Amino acid sequence: MSDHIDVHKVARLGALAIGADEVGAVGQKLNAIVGLFDDLAAINTDGIEPMAHPLDQVQRLRVDVVIEKDIHQYVQQIAPRVEAGLYLVPKVIE
Amino acid sequence: MTWETVIGLEVHAQLATKTKIFSGASTAFGALPNTQACLVDLGMPGVLPVLNKGVVDMAIRFGLAVGSSVAEKSVFARKNYFYPDLPKGYQISQFELPVVIGGQIHIELDGGVKKTINLTRAHLEEDAGKSLHEDFEGASGIDLNRAGTPLLEIVSEPEMRSPAEAVAYAKKLHELVQYLGICDGNMQEGSFRVDANISVRKVGAELGTRAEIKNVNSFKFLERAIMFEVERQIDIIEAGGAVVQETRLYDAAKDETRSMRSKADAMDYRYFPDPDLLPLIITPAMIEKVKGEMPELPDAKRTRFIEQYKLSDYDAMVLTGSREIADYYETVVAATGAKDPKIAANWVMGELNARLNADSLDVSESPVDASRMAGLVARILDNTISGKIAKDVFEIMWTSTDSADAIIEAKGLKQITDVGAIAAMVRGVIDQFPEQLAEYKGGRDKLFGFFVGEVMKATKGKANPGQVNQILKDELAK
Amino acid sequence: MNFHQMSMVQLAGKLQDKSVSSVELTQYFSDRMAKYDDQINGYITKTTELAMAQAQAADARRAAGETGLLLGMPLAHKDIFCTQDIITTCASKMLANFKAPYNATVVEKLNAVGMVTLGKTNMDEFAMGSTTENSAFGVTRNPWDTRAVPGGSSGGAAAVLAAGLAPIATGTDTGGSIRQPAAFCGVTGIKPTYGSVSRYGMIAYASSLDQGGPMGKTAEDCAHLLAAMAGFDERDSTSSEGERPDYVGSLNAPLTGLKVGLPKEYFGEGLSDEVRAATLATAAELEKLGATLVDVSLPNTEHAVPAYYVIAPAEASSNLSRYDGVRFGHRCDNPKDLNDLYTRSRSEGFGAEVKRRIMVGAYVLSAGYYDAYYLKAQRVRRLIKEDFMQAFEACDVILGPVAPTPAWKLGEKTSDPTAMYLADIYTIPVNLAGLPAIAMPAGFAGALPIGVQLIGNYFSEPRLLNVAHQFQQATDHHTKTPAAWA
Repeated sequence: MSDHIDVHKVARLGALAIGADEVGAVGQKLNAIVGLFDDLAAINTDGIEPMAHPLDQVQRLRVDVVIEKDIHQYVQQIAPRVEAGLYLVPKVIE
Repeated sequence: MTWETVIGLEVHAQLATKTKIFSGASTAFGALPNTQACLVDLGMPGVLPVLNKGVVDMAIRFGLAVGSSVAEKSVFARKNYFYPDLPKGYQISQFELPVVIGGQIHIELDGGVKKTINLTRAHLEEDAGKSLHEDFEGASGIDLNRAGTPLLEIVSEPEMRSPAEAVAYAKKLHELVQYLGICDGNMQEGSFRVDANISVRKVGAELGTRAEIKNVNSFKFLERAIMFEVERQIDIIEAGGAVVQETRLYDAAKDETRSMRSKADAMDYRYFPDPDLLPLIITPAMIEKVKGEMPELPDAKRTRFIEQYKLSDYDAMVLTGSREIADYYETVVAATGAKDPKIAANWVMGELNARLNADSLDVSESPVDASRMAGLVARILDNTISGKIAKDVFEIMWTSTDSADAIIEAKGLKQITDVGAIAAMVRGVIDQFPEQLAEYKGGRDKLFGFFVGEVMKATKGKANPGQVNQILKDELAK
Repeated sequence: MNFHQMSMVQLAGKLQDKSVSSVELTQYFSDRMAKYDDQINGYITKTTELAMAQAQAADARRAAGETGLLLGMPLAHKDIFCTQDIITTCASKMLANFKAPYNATVVEKLNAVGMVTLGKTNMDEFAMGSTTENSAFGVTRNPWDTRAVPGGSSGGAAAVLAAGLAPIATGTDTGGSIRQPAAFCGVTGIKPTYGSVSRYGMIAYASSLDQGGPMGKTAEDCAHLLAAMAGFDERDSTSSEGERPDYVGSLNAPLTGLKVGLPKEYFGEGLSDEVRAATLATAAELEKLGATLVDVSLPNTEHAVPAYYVIAPAEASSNLSRYDGVRFGHRCDNPKDLNDLYTRSRSEGFGAEVKRRIMVGAYVLSAGYYDAYYLKAQRVRRLIKEDFMQAFEACDVILGPVAPTPAWKLGEKTSDPTAMYLADIYTIPVNLAGLPAIAMPAGFAGALPIGVQLIGNYFSEPRLLNVAHQFQQATDHHTKTPAAWA
């Protein structure tokens, strides 16, 4: 089942750039890791519910009251690029 | 060759909570950029979401209103993609297990044709921020105030067959969410956004390939966008081509739809349950509590107004046009002992509405509130003043805080209803105009109106018009 | 006075009887850090100036009549806990200059009781690793043998404890990251039940597995720190509601009647002889203390590694999407467009192992693979939990090795990630199930310490701490310190 992993595709999904010279080595390691998962297919899990959380708890609800203050000047001190209170990014084309 | 249009709508309604879906930051519209984006909204490392109870209550309210089943268990998932207005690199949304399943919206088309549109589902999710494209030397500015604003995405089945049906459905939903108090419905500010999935097919054929038109922000544009898109698709197919599944934008200025940079097929959103959030469990007790707080819905209210207040379909429709106007009307009727609900209806729909429109005010902002209005209508009903005088009183009330009674008293506007007094005045008028009397007697019946006018003038409009008519008729006949 | 050879509780006694002040103790450890940490590289950031100010404040509080056991106690935080206005790197170039504008709940709680922050300890980048070799700030060395790894990801914490560069430390454990470095460095550490310690402000690796916990010289030290760290936090939806158990009160309970389960799958192929011997010797010692040994089985143990390495990277790939160079963190120079900003910032900011896990995570969640990998792994996860529940029908605690071998050499496994992953087999099942487990020293293989772990049922930390404490009362493995740093 462990298909040859498409390094370019998973890199794109993860917004990572993998250089042409690295693709081979990276692919080899990724395929070795994915190879570990082959065993999963053989395990009988019929009727077993997927377990997303360790404890069977339910979502707690927060009262709808404003508790946060304006902190933009403080938090924007650590931002790479801001102007007029806005975070700047290369032009977004729609 | 007849083509059938198939339309399904996805409506994003921003829920009218005070705070965001997963943080305690304010959702108020129009704040300065990023002043309402807290650590959670900014996707800072290590910070965590906690679900807002208000959002859950509103989803339940919606579910009950459309007769759907409110899911006992629903799950928040992450939709993963990179975009500057999406700070965490994923949107928290409900995917496999939405909070609301099924439901119906009943629409009425021109000519009274009724149709039921089924809902597929409605699910909760967080809104994204905004990219501002004013030029920052080739850059875009990101404002994350909107990030995390709660949305209820309401998905219909593809059951609409014309732009008119789509608009009727969208309008009905728009009215409903406002009635329920779960969305302010402000389309300009993006509180209620419509995506339309449109395809065409030969009648009876399989569903055609659909295009999705994103973020239409007015009913007029919705209608135009669908009309344009249907024609475009038919043209393509008739020319031997095939419609491409894609996302399109409606350009109102050019009145056309155009393809957005196609990202749908390149996208693999990798939905999975958000491990920072636990399953949302809605208990029967939570549903019962919301049920107890449910407002009466528009259709039910309309039917009740017709039966209880003997109003016409039209009056009932106008008076239930919003929850505020209906409440206003019912307050007036209740305070005036429900003697003549039609008079109250005329005043709310007539004078009040006209005055509100002239001043661009919402009924909730009316300078004359329902109890003061009731005070005025009561004086009309008990014949203290005539409808005509009442309009003058209303004008004074609009710019003062005085009650109708105080104004009537101060200005001496009380209607004269003493038969003897009116008769005396009628005789005085007749004596004053012997020539007209002779002409009237000679057969010019139209002069009756002249005498009425003169009497009203003499009484400064305070005489009861019905009594004046009767007495005048008697005296002229003598 | 050799303060660095004393347990935290012993030091607390000295603070309480005022034979030493917090300022003196803080100065003592800061001096040792300055003198020795270059050889260990256990700290990414030393916060000596802040520590002295906090120590002064703590002394003032004690002078004003406060008596708290942790008041004025120096502490090392794993550099995964956000500390307001102090750089929190998570050992990543991505966050090399990240000054969080907030404190993690754990930091907030420990500040409140008057603890003193000596610095932030080294770790594997974003807690992804078992050796602390995946740090953008250099490897941490094992104080017992500086050619060996200290374990990971909380390798810095374990190393500074072993070298006497802090009396107590915080760590986090997603797949063994507290227990395995504790075992490799001869210290004690407990991974609490999932939901016991708030994750707010603790930089996420895999949200459904991550759990913070204490690391120290003794189980008793850990019990006291855990009591201060744990508690319901309304800012963490996965935080357990209600009171936490009394972690300290039952430390001295006798072990009579205790049933210790030995899972046969934890003693199979791949376990080194020294570790096997130390684990069995621990079992014998517990028997001597009144416990009964029972055989149990955890049949799905072998499936834990694949299940974990599907689930953890899946969550991580999504958790790490927020590092995009826009609001904080590393941003590449002169991005030519949006995509360039993302891919270059992230490729420059993340190390090789982090990138691998992001890609593996994206892969197992992607269309066509989700059911076969992600969902399947979540089903296996339940089987693993059910194994434990079954075992706890027959025993109170489970005893097993932490890692198949003692610490290996630096660089030995860096080129083979899968070999590294397979060494996590005994620690990972606990995280998948969300159970508590404590690692404690149990002997040596030559110069290198060996650790064993006790696994308990949900919220049974008091029992685990009690068993470990009683074991440590009867043995002296935990009192050994590496000679080079004496």
